[in-house]
Amino acid sequence: MIQGTDSVVVRLSCRVVARIIQVFAIYVVFHGHYSPGGGFQGGGLLAAAVILLRIGEGLESSQRELPSRHALMIGSIGALVFLLSGIANVIFGGRYLQYDSLPFKAIPPEDLHYWEILVIEIGVALAVMGILVAIFDRLMEGVPDDD
Amino acid sequence: MKAFRFLFLAAFFAVLFWASFSLPPRGDLKAPAMQELSRSGSLSAGSYYMENSYRETHTENIVTAVLADYRAFDTLGETLVVFVAGVACALILRKRGDPS
Repeated sequence: MIQGTDSVVVRLSCRVVARIIQVFAIYVVFHGHYSPGGGFQGGGLLAAAVILLRIGEGLESSQRELPSRHALMIGSIGALVFLLSGIANVIFGGRYLQYDSLPFKAIPPEDLHYWEILVIEIGVALAVMGILVAIFDRLMEGVPDDD
Repeated sequence: MKAFRFLFLAAFFAVLFWASFSLPPRGDLKAPAMQELSRSGSLSAGSYYMENSYRETHTENIVTAVLADYRAFDTLGETLVVFVAGVACALILRKRGDPS
């Protein structure tokens, strides 16, 4: 179990930097349509923010950020978003992951591709984030204190 | 020995840097890799994506369009591999003696 540091400077800067990392991660996920980025990279950054808080504030205090028992659940939700968005295409008469089969007549089929790419990128980001945080938490559970 | 290692790395970097000037610009349809023909005589898949990916998906990043649209099933497999590997890690590394 890691305890975090006693230094106020380190704790505060961890909190500030974690927020900046999260904002940048969301930017990476949503801007993956226009620049390098996407679900895997954004999910890694989201997990990095949580892990930074785990290291700086300790495993106990950072449970408010993301409880350890919810990490695997978030990963499962991300994978399910990807799977179910493909199944939704099948339900509405298309093939698996054929994005333009959704019944939104107002949106042109090219924009349906655009939006469903965004949905599955978010799913990938959630899956990667949940899995990385879950592995980190399981690794840190058994670590003895330094001091 | 350390100086030799450093010199080797510097020379390797110089070679790569020099070679990077010979690369074709990104997205160039005239690049040799894009001129390669398939067995049926049509252009290779990469040139198809460069010509049509924006028109078909309205996504400016060709890499994203290929990764999440044309090859979405592959990305689904990657995500599931990451997920299954993570679940297996979490189960193996679980604290012992925990009844749950």
